[in-house]
Amino acid sequence: MELLQNILNTLLNTMRDVMPIAAVIFGFQLFVIRRPIPKVKQVCIGFVYVVLGLSLFLVGLERALFPLGRLMAEQLTDPAFVANASGLAASWRDYYWVYVFAFMIGYSTTIAEPSLIAVAIKANQVSAGAISVWGLRNAVALGVAIGIALGSYRIVVGHPIHYYIISGYVVVVIQTTFAPKSIVPLAYDSGGVTTSTVTVPLVAALGLGLAENVPGRNPLIDGFGLIAFASLFPIISVMAYAQLSKLRARHKE
Amino acid sequence: MKECPFLLLSTLTTSTKNSAAEKHNTLRAKAVLLHAKEVVNAQYSSKKPQRLISPPYYAVMLRGLYKALRPVFDSMRDLLPIIAVILFFQLFVLQQELPNVLDLAVGIVFVVLGLAFFLIGLEMGLFPIGESLAQAFARKGSVTWLLIFAFALGFGTTVAEPALIAVANEAAQVAANANAIDSSIESQRSYANGLRYTVALAVGFAIVIGVLRILRGWPIHIMIIIGYLSVVVMTGFAPKEIIGIAYDSGGVTTSTITVPLVTALGVGLASAIKERNPMLDGFGLIAFASLTPIIFVMAYGLLV
Repeated sequence: MELLQNILNTLLNTMRDVMPIAAVIFGFQLFVIRRPIPKVKQVCIGFVYVVLGLSLFLVGLERALFPLGRLMAEQLTDPAFVANASGLAASWRDYYWVYVFAFMIGYSTTIAEPSLIAVAIKANQVSAGAISVWGLRNAVALGVAIGIALGSYRIVVGHPIHYYIISGYVVVVIQTTFAPKSIVPLAYDSGGVTTSTVTVPLVAALGLGLAENVPGRNPLIDGFGLIAFASLFPIISVMAYAQLSKLRARHKE
Repeated sequence: MKECPFLLLSTLTTSTKNSAAEKHNTLRAKAVLLHAKEVVNAQYSSKKPQRLISPPYYAVMLRGLYKALRPVFDSMRDLLPIIAVILFFQLFVLQQELPNVLDLAVGIVFVVLGLAFFLIGLEMGLFPIGESLAQAFARKGSVTWLLIFAFALGFGTTVAEPALIAVANEAAQVAANANAIDSSIESQRSYANGLRYTVALAVGFAIVIGVLRILRGWPIHIMIIIGYLSVVVMTGFAPKEIIGIAYDSGGVTTSTITVPLVTALGVGLASAIKERNPMLDGFGLIAFASLTPIIFVMAYGLLV
């Protein structure tokens, strides 16, 4: 019964999120384009599937994976868990399980990210198969994993965030001049794609847990910023992936 | 030869007046006739026996079932890594039992089914509507309406985004704690709302700029680098509390429904315009949508 109510609530919320999008699309279709939507029935069924699917997805995440993930983030950053490694005051090395967790959770949540799957399918279609769906997804996931692991390290040591972000930008700018031209727009896009339904809640929990438990950190200032890492590093990793495949292709010749 | 054996046969039989070639011709005619028989036989017999040899009905059904369930298998494979990571840490690192195994199982089934439905709906609804809208606008040829549409799509999808509302509320708290605004509920609420509309404006602006870029074929990297430069410069001036929030707000804005729609729109536009290449010009809308909020939020922090 509680489950049913949970599903209904999420369904209503998702519908409310879709409303503005549907209103804009159908409004312009009716009043500006003034032409019937091609295959209108199929499109409407598709929207119903999207709303239903997203709601089920969210209910499931909220029931099964998020509570466990949040609990783990708390437990792994708990001073009691960290301190039993050394017994003394914890240095940044004692948080090694946190970095491993950050890396693995960053990778695995990105692989399951629905909007990344969508962009990967589209990129595969547009490039006529030159960009494989799995290659792109793996490259992005690896970028998110490295980004979040590095971001957790930053919170532990307490460096200011903008040094990292600005040096990341510099790397992106340098890579842009060397990477194959056709990958650049897609690489820029993959930064924004990674951080939606699955990654944000778990990553935010990890950041807040770290900032609360590491002495000298302020959760309101240091807790933020992991998401920024998660959207910067995929740009770098996707361009690196394209550069590597280009190099390999040249090597084969 | 295969299509009309009888026609060939009749032309052959009428031309057999020459006696020297008669024997040879009758042989050929016989051969042709035999071949014709074979073709006809094959045509008649191909209907029934092949049905009998075709795979048994349960194999056909299984294949159909696999086709229908393919998205479910795919989404199971997509979720396996998360489940593996959580199990590994729970059992081996934290060494704790799994709480509520039943709840966990039900949740995972939901996630798998939900992802499968989403992917089906994506191909049926979101991608086609994005593409058909792009084509309709390209055919209509009105840049003004296209840009108004782009703004409405960006603003409309962002302003109601729950993740953004949550971040804006938290940001208001941060600002109140830092004494940037006074800590009454009302001023916090107006600060949060202001932030929300700022981000929504930024995303609307981003889609407009991105669509203009596709139309004109401007190089994306120069625009993005200019954007980064303004982020770097503004970081130097913006109040310290707002920087983390500003950087995060770029990632928060792009929801699961907006991303496929906007991607299909961009790629559709770039394919509809002759001089544009969908790979080079079609992508990039999301990049703008995650960059402009950083700039706009820092500007908001400077102004308020």
